Amino acid sequence: MNINLTLIGQTIAFAIFVWFCMKYVWPPLIQALQERQKKIADGLDAASRANRDLELAQQQANETLRESKEQAAQILEQAHKRSNQMIEEARENARLEGERMIASARSEIDQEINRAKEELRAQVARLAIEGAERILESSIDEAKHRELVDKLATEL
Amino acid sequence: MASENVTSVEYIQHHLQNLTFGLHPENGWSIAHGAEEAREMGFWAIHLDTIGWSVLMGVIFLGLFRKVANSATSSGVPGGLQNMVEMVVEFVDDTVKTTFQGPHTRSPLIAPLALTVFVWIFLQNSLKLIPIDWLPGVFAKLGVDYMKVVPTTDPNATFGMAIGVFCLIIFYSFKIKGAGGFAKELSFTPFNHWSLVPFNLFLEVLQLLVKPISLALRLFGNMYAGEVIFILIALLPFWIQWTLNVPWAIFHILVITLQAFIFMVLTVVYLSSAHEKH
Repeated sequence: MNINLTLIGQTIAFAIFVWFCMKYVWPPLIQALQERQKKIADGLDAASRANRDLELAQQQANETLRESKEQAAQILEQAHKRSNQMIEEARENARLEGERMIASARSEIDQEINRAKEELRAQVARLAIEGAERILESSIDEAKHRELVDKLATEL
Repeated sequence: MASENVTSVEYIQHHLQNLTFGLHPENGWSIAHGAEEAREMGFWAIHLDTIGWSVLMGVIFLGLFRKVANSATSSGVPGGLQNMVEMVVEFVDDTVKTTFQGPHTRSPLIAPLALTVFVWIFLQNSLKLIPIDWLPGVFAKLGVDYMKVVPTTDPNATFGMAIGVFCLIIFYSFKIKGAGGFAKELSFTPFNHWSLVPFNLFLEVLQLLVKPISLALRLFGNMYAGEVIFILIALLPFWIQWTLNVPWAIFHILVITLQAFIFMVLTVVYLSSAHEKH
């Protein structure tokens, strides 16, 4: 337990170790620690940013979905309206066509009636003439009495 | 495990004797054979075991930390050893940062100094947990008579480190405060009156000198006392030794860490007060 040169030896060793530690051990370790700290902080930051982005994207997606639903509903409604309109038009057309057909049939019938009347009239005239011929027992000059007969026919 | 032909007193004395190499008045530069010769060498002697083990521990510390520092990258997941080293570094860094609060800037020396003090002293102390007869036994087989393994049980080692710290206290006091500021601080605290300057000077210089002495003696005293207890336990019959040895060793796991920590914290505190301007 004597105090001797060991004292100075230990002091020198101490100084050298501290110098070495300061020069070659401490700075790289502290730098690595700080860099990792920064990296972790950045990572956490990025994660929270990504979360926010995701939220935003979801919101956007919801918005788009809502819009497209609305549009679809609109289109459907228009289609309904259009189909109703088309049915209405078709019905109208059918009605008009039917009326037109009825009118033409009616006019045709009228014509038929008229023609039948004419025919009848002509036949009646001839019958009348024939009857008259028979009654008179003499032939009538057809040319001479044509006017008279026609007048008779019209009166029928 | 005292041999039959050695008395207890001889056994204890043998264990507390350093391997001394020095200038003997009669034998010249030689290794001392016994405490008597070592004492006769006076100041011009060196404890080979103290220096050897402490330097070995220092090299292990720096080698280990340097290896980790080389492979330490911010990317990638740190492994076990790197985690441990980084934990120690962060712990020391935190301690230094919390102690050095205030306007004065901290010298880049302080934190590495604290780390060196802490780990180096811890490793030197931890040699104590090796059973006390193992290493001396091995060296006795190799023909080395004396081997006191734990460097911090040698006051030379603890005072050596404390003197290093003391030099830094003086250096930073002059550097930060200037010669005038330092002299003023010594002369006018705690009593700010010209008539009390001698008294202040006496108090402050004493306080300054007590710092390294308390540092060195605290570490030395704790380690030396622990070592003596271990030696005393080793004198008991071998089948009962473990009942005392095991609890004492477990307790010393705490003591060696605590003493290393205390030495580091006090070093930082002393240097911090050396940085402060009054």
